[in-house]
Amino acid sequence: MKKIEAIIRKSKFDEVKEALHDIQVNFFSYWDVTGVGNEKEGHVYRGVAYSTSDIQRRYVVIVVSDDFEQKTVQTLINAARTGDIGDGKIFVSEVKQSYRIRTGESGNVAIN
Amino acid sequence: MTEDLFTTNNVWMMICTALVFFMHLGFSLLETGLTRQKNTINILFKNMFIICAGLMIYFVGGFSLMYPGEFNGILGFNGFGLPIGEDGVSIAYADGGYTYWTDFIFQGMFAATAATIVSGAVAERIRLDAFMLFSVIYVGLIYPIVGSWHWGGGFLSSMDSFLGLDFESDGFYDFAGSTLVHSVGGWAALVAVILLGARKGKFSKEGKSLAIPGHNIPIAVAGVFILWLGWFGFNGGSVLSADPALTSLVLVTTSLSAAAGGISAFISSTLWFKNYDVTMFMNGVLGGLVGITAGADLMSPLESIIIGMTSGIIVVIAVNLIDRWKLDDPVGAIAVHLFCGVWGTLVIGIFGSRAGIDQFLIQLIGILIIALFCSVSAFLILGVIKKTLGLRVSNKEEMEGLDLHEHGMDAYADFGLNDH
Repeated sequence: MKKIEAIIRKSKFDEVKEALHDIQVNFFSYWDVTGVGNEKEGHVYRGVAYSTSDIQRRYVVIVVSDDFEQKTVQTLINAARTGDIGDGKIFVSEVKQSYRIRTGESGNVAIN
Repeated sequence: MTEDLFTTNNVWMMICTALVFFMHLGFSLLETGLTRQKNTINILFKNMFIICAGLMIYFVGGFSLMYPGEFNGILGFNGFGLPIGEDGVSIAYADGGYTYWTDFIFQGMFAATAATIVSGAVAERIRLDAFMLFSVIYVGLIYPIVGSWHWGGGFLSSMDSFLGLDFESDGFYDFAGSTLVHSVGGWAALVAVILLGARKGKFSKEGKSLAIPGHNIPIAVAGVFILWLGWFGFNGGSVLSADPALTSLVLVTTSLSAAAGGISAFISSTLWFKNYDVTMFMNGVLGGLVGITAGADLMSPLESIIIGMTSGIIVVIAVNLIDRWKLDDPVGAIAVHLFCGVWGTLVIGIFGSRAGIDQFLIQLIGILIIALFCSVSAFLILGVIKKTLGLRVSNKEEMEGLDLHEHGMDAYADFGLNDH
């Protein structure tokens, strides 16, 4: 099993969600994060221009079986990309085990 | 004058009283929205304090100080409390315009406004106890003394004879308080901002102005709409009766000036800064309202639009100037209340039924006298507070927020949007 973590634009979240559903990845968690990156967002407040490097993004975490890894990563890349700086990152790591709390099942069964 | 008309007049004045009361919510929301989340309780506490303490001080002596009856024109006092005379609730009291009680409560609602103006300008860094002490003295003494000079029948109302000048005009004119209320607050705000210094992070080490965006723009916009609504009472009630022609004209000039102020402020700030800034739009509306306040009963609709337009542009320029002078006014109170208050008072000599060079000069002299008196007294009061109590909170307190240190509370407990 693999854990796939993706930091994506909030504006791309709906597209990513649809695309994941299309390849049968139906379960995942997400939360909103603030980070620092290369992108600067220009603002003007009461005549004073300022830029903020505090960037708002959405952090998506998906646990999939090994044979879903490439498909999921490719789907994320396709759906979350705009081509501009700030599209985000994907990290993949090993997951030792998973359990379903309701039944006590473990392994691939538990994540589907 | 019939009893029916007396009743009608008095009802109108009480409705206006309620509208002016509502303006205090408008100020509270505007100041809350344009400052940071970590200082919200502090702003709201100050605004609650101002209206409650203001009314009580006005009861104790403010009203008597401002309307002493017959006096020497500079300083008079009619006794503590509310010494209602025999005619207090009869037609004889104010030509059937209102009763003594209505007079007190309407004027009482006005009085606290001057301190509210200061509250926004000094937000996010002044000590709560210092602010409370200052506002009690300013509302209790300075505001009523200045008010007595004109509305109380003092020397500004008959300035030509007082100064021994041969002016054609009757005297200084300020219908609802561009100077008597708004500039009186504005001068104190200016002095307070100079003595306090800017918020940490408002100017870079190189002296460049930095933005500290307000945390709740919807709340601030709600405040502006409430203030506009309240202004129907502020200006409409200053007719001092329900006179159909005058009250309806005043509502028209007040609203047209507010609208024109908003439009001209957003256009000029958009051309200048290349963004549609709603906070400038808001300040423009308020600038238009303050600008028309001195002459709301004298202007034609077209003249009120011109006053609003110019006030809106003045607000945008003033906000920028104050920044360049390295002064920090988080909500634009000085730009709105001082700059537009002075302009609105001067414009009596330029437009409307009293226009003329003599009137212009009298307006100018009146403005200068009040400017001197208010800034010197604000300087003395705040200077003494600074030496004794201290004006400013500690650095740590300022960084972590006044809510945490002065109040030990969160404005949005359980609603964590932002950790400071």
